[in-house]
Amino acid sequence: MDLSVIDPISLFVGLVAAATPLLYAAIGELVVEKSGVLNLGVEGMMIVGAVCGFATAVTTGSPLLGFVVGAMGGAVLALVFGGMTQYLLSNQVATGLALTLFGLGVAALVGQPFTGVKSPRVAVVHLPVLSDIPVIGRLVFSYDLVIYLGIALVAAVWFFLNRTRPGLVLRAVGENHDAAHSLGYPVIRIRMMAIAFGGACAGLGGAYLSLVRVPQWTEGMTAGAGWIALAIVVFAAWKPWRVLLGAWLFGGVTILQLNLQASGFLSWLQSVGIPLQAQYLSMTPYLVTIIVLVVISADRTRASVNAPASLGKSFTQTG
Amino acid sequence: MKLQGIMAAAVLAAGLGAAAQAQDPVKVGFIYVGPVGDFGWSYQHDQGRLAVEEAFGDQVETTFVESVPEGADAERVLRQMAQSGYDLIFTTSFGYMNQTVNVAKQFPDVKFEHATGYLRADNLATYSSRFYEGRYVIGKIAGAMTESNVIGYIGSYPIPEVIRGINAAYLGAKSVNPDVQFRVVWSNTWFNPALEGDAAKTLIEQGADILMQHTDSTAPMTIAEELGIHAFGQASDMGGFGPNAQLTGIMDDWDPYYIERVQAVIDGTWESTDTWGGIDTGMVEFAPFSDKIPPEVLADAVAAKDAIAAGELHPFTGPINRQDGSPWLAEGEVADDGTLLGMNFYVEGIEGVIPQ
Repeated sequence: MDLSVIDPISLFVGLVAAATPLLYAAIGELVVEKSGVLNLGVEGMMIVGAVCGFATAVTTGSPLLGFVVGAMGGAVLALVFGGMTQYLLSNQVATGLALTLFGLGVAALVGQPFTGVKSPRVAVVHLPVLSDIPVIGRLVFSYDLVIYLGIALVAAVWFFLNRTRPGLVLRAVGENHDAAHSLGYPVIRIRMMAIAFGGACAGLGGAYLSLVRVPQWTEGMTAGAGWIALAIVVFAAWKPWRVLLGAWLFGGVTILQLNLQASGFLSWLQSVGIPLQAQYLSMTPYLVTIIVLVVISADRTRASVNAPASLGKSFTQTG
Repeated sequence: MKLQGIMAAAVLAAGLGAAAQAQDPVKVGFIYVGPVGDFGWSYQHDQGRLAVEEAFGDQVETTFVESVPEGADAERVLRQMAQSGYDLIFTTSFGYMNQTVNVAKQFPDVKFEHATGYLRADNLATYSSRFYEGRYVIGKIAGAMTESNVIGYIGSYPIPEVIRGINAAYLGAKSVNPDVQFRVVWSNTWFNPALEGDAAKTLIEQGADILMQHTDSTAPMTIAEELGIHAFGQASDMGGFGPNAQLTGIMDDWDPYYIERVQAVIDGTWESTDTWGGIDTGMVEFAPFSDKIPPEVLADAVAAKDAIAAGELHPFTGPINRQDGSPWLAEGEVADDGTLLGMNFYVEGIEGVIPQ
């Protein structure tokens, strides 16, 4: 065993990068759920974002355009979901699951000609003085723009939901759509906007995956990231800053278990009789999610503050 | 049953005289663990399928099902294939073993071939490649070229095939560099580009300057290229993803085997066999050797490759101890296939514990 080979700074930098696709998808889903809609199609929207982003970046040579089109791809798919659940009143859970299956298939089809193609590089932002500060420079100032924007997005969502009037309206729609409707708020239009925003965020997360994290396109490359994003929203108890924490935790555990394996730490533990396997580490965030669910559903007052009361319920416009 | 038997005999008798063109095409099915576009393991099997189509033309009809999970799903896919009249079905991943055995029992008239497994039946043959021969050769190159003396190895599942590869690569590396160390990360997947890429980054951060992988995506090669280190491709030529990074790669060439087996079905000579071909049979091939390999290292690797092909060199030749120091092979002793097929231990010098 040689724990000294684990460089905590690299660990943190790797963790932040691994968490970014999750962060985007989860913060988008948080807004959707705050408006009272449960969209389980995050995985599908992410992979469509991944393929749209990659294809655009390769054809135009511009990663920036790739991110924009990736976000649009996710949003378009989300609007399909919105049309079906909000106007045609289909079941949200079933439609969301179908959206994931549809997204995976469509992405595989669109991506056929792009397998094995190289994408243009996304540059890391290099700040002249700041990036060269010994430890802090790498810890804080060594990322690409998309990572900073992700954190800014969390702040913006927090500000929007808690400090602005439209944010309050969105939450009202999510808590009690009938009351919001009787006050004259356009419930369906607000929800459609939230759904489109959620799709765009998931698409951005997917594009980050195919353009930065593993710079290539391969079928099925999201490999379950969308489901983790859904878990993070619950883990975070629908609070924006906790989404950031959750994304880092879920992303961090993957990076940590790889580091512990590579350094031989897990093997060392096993050799001294502690049978800790990498799989145990991988499942901890999910265990925590279940515990959070249990805790918030046991405590009625807290649950009513955080989980949107109308979550997953169809709204039928009357009068 | 009786009537069928008589009819079959009649058809056979007629067949002796009549032309074979009148026959229906032989239907050949394949199931893959990843997408055909993985540019690795499944891609290479699909190249074999295409070679079969090309060689036999109208005489065969082939199909494939990709990304079939190892487990209960595979059984469903297999049964469906067998029911729809396929004559010969190739199941191309270790994890399909029990499902193939089950379905082969239910369809005695359908012929099955399972890659990399060890359970056979009258209508179930097995086939595999001695990838470890290739891994020994790339181990020699890695051992000679590493500057940090740390080789990163991305493993999939701790099954004999993968463990054997790690051991062979280590022995190859150690034969030219006694100080070499292997760091192994188990990803517990055959195909998850993001995770494989993260594993590659982690290994590089921890000092590995050469990567080997026994997973199927091209992500580790892409990362190696990006971070400016060297790597070896798996299953297929991954040079397109790492023009500077790839030193060479072990390629699986299934074409001749698939053609031979389909021919046997057409001729009616198919039997349940156990094939384990190596460099000598052409089943294990190498991607083009990179010009980044120093000439003397390349000469040494090619010599080893030729010696293995000629049967003069076996990667597992004693003295070799097991990881715990207990003797495995005495001086000059060569490992038997049985031990190799069930290999569940590291050889001496590799650090770490194989997850159970």
